[in-house]
Amino acid sequence: MSRRDTAAVLALAVSERDHIQGPAGAPVTLVEYGDYECPHCGRAYPIIKKVRERMGRRLRFVYRNFPLRESHPHAQHAAEAAEAAGAQGKFWEMHDRLFERQFALDDEYLVEYAGDLGLDIARFREELAAGVYEPRVREDFRSGVLSGVNGTPTFFVNGVRHDDAWDFEPLAAALERAAVTRQPPPGTAPDPA
Amino acid sequence: MSPNTRNPEGPLGAGVPAPDFRLPRSPDQAVSLRDFRGRPVIVAFYPADWSPVCGDQMALYNEVLPEFRRHGAELLGVSVDGVWCHAAFARDRKLHFPLLADFEPKGAVARRYGVYREGDGFTERALFVIDGEGVIRWSHVSPLGVNPGADGILRALEALAGDRTPA
Repeated sequence: MSRRDTAAVLALAVSERDHIQGPAGAPVTLVEYGDYECPHCGRAYPIIKKVRERMGRRLRFVYRNFPLRESHPHAQHAAEAAEAAGAQGKFWEMHDRLFERQFALDDEYLVEYAGDLGLDIARFREELAAGVYEPRVREDFRSGVLSGVNGTPTFFVNGVRHDDAWDFEPLAAALERAAVTRQPPPGTAPDPA
Repeated sequence: MSPNTRNPEGPLGAGVPAPDFRLPRSPDQAVSLRDFRGRPVIVAFYPADWSPVCGDQMALYNEVLPEFRRHGAELLGVSVDGVWCHAAFARDRKLHFPLLADFEPKGAVARRYGVYREGDGFTERALFVIDGEGVIRWSHVSPLGVNPGADGILRALEALAGDRTPA
């Protein structure tokens, strides 16, 4: 029995709203729906780093929030903290810090990390308290649900859900295959040749 | 929809009135489908409490509950497990929606919806979205080991909202 009865595809195309690492014209786009408090996402984090090194400029990586608030009490605030850091130009630095310090995600730690990254702490604290990025995180979550995200982490390779294992080898192999087929993500214009 | 030799007539589909039922949701409370007239109801049959895939599915629905409620929809989980089992499972997973016990006569409601697996003694992993008038608007049966996700439900609720013409 195939695990994929219908191929789940990304419901919200990658756009300027997203946090993106890698060149816009890369033949392969990897989207992760993740949760900073999810241990599996924590395990995926170094794998993604390795995969990015291997793929180089052929890969663009997008991270979207899918906080499982009922299972992970810190996940929502951690996601909002990364967005708040993003508003000050330090999304990826915070993203990395949160996965590296997954065991310490209480609000006081989030503020400490913001300080370490040289952010405007007063602004960071205020925005977190006011839930300024709550709608943004919810929008990510909702787009995940509509895309068939069932848990975290869930990956999409060029817009199609990656249902195989995401250990380094199988994930890298899937990305290499996608790089060869150069299948453009659904809902986007193909790359100009 | 997956072919199912055990239910030759298959699961009830869109356009069919949803059979009413009354099932216990706790040792001393019962829920009727008709209690929810006027708003959409999602009925999620699942094979069993505690099995890993079901746990994932119910945990996902627990997370997506605010999205369902934005559509005014109620979610009811149904399996053949008894009320005490449901209570322990719901407490363990911190579920915020009722789990109904299709326990006695076993699987009677699932049978009426065409999603009981005779040989196995439990239900299919089956989803029904029922409108405010009690008519099934969407249904889906997944392979037992596959988490069906919530995208189909959300799309069905969105379609329902789109159909609702202003008075």
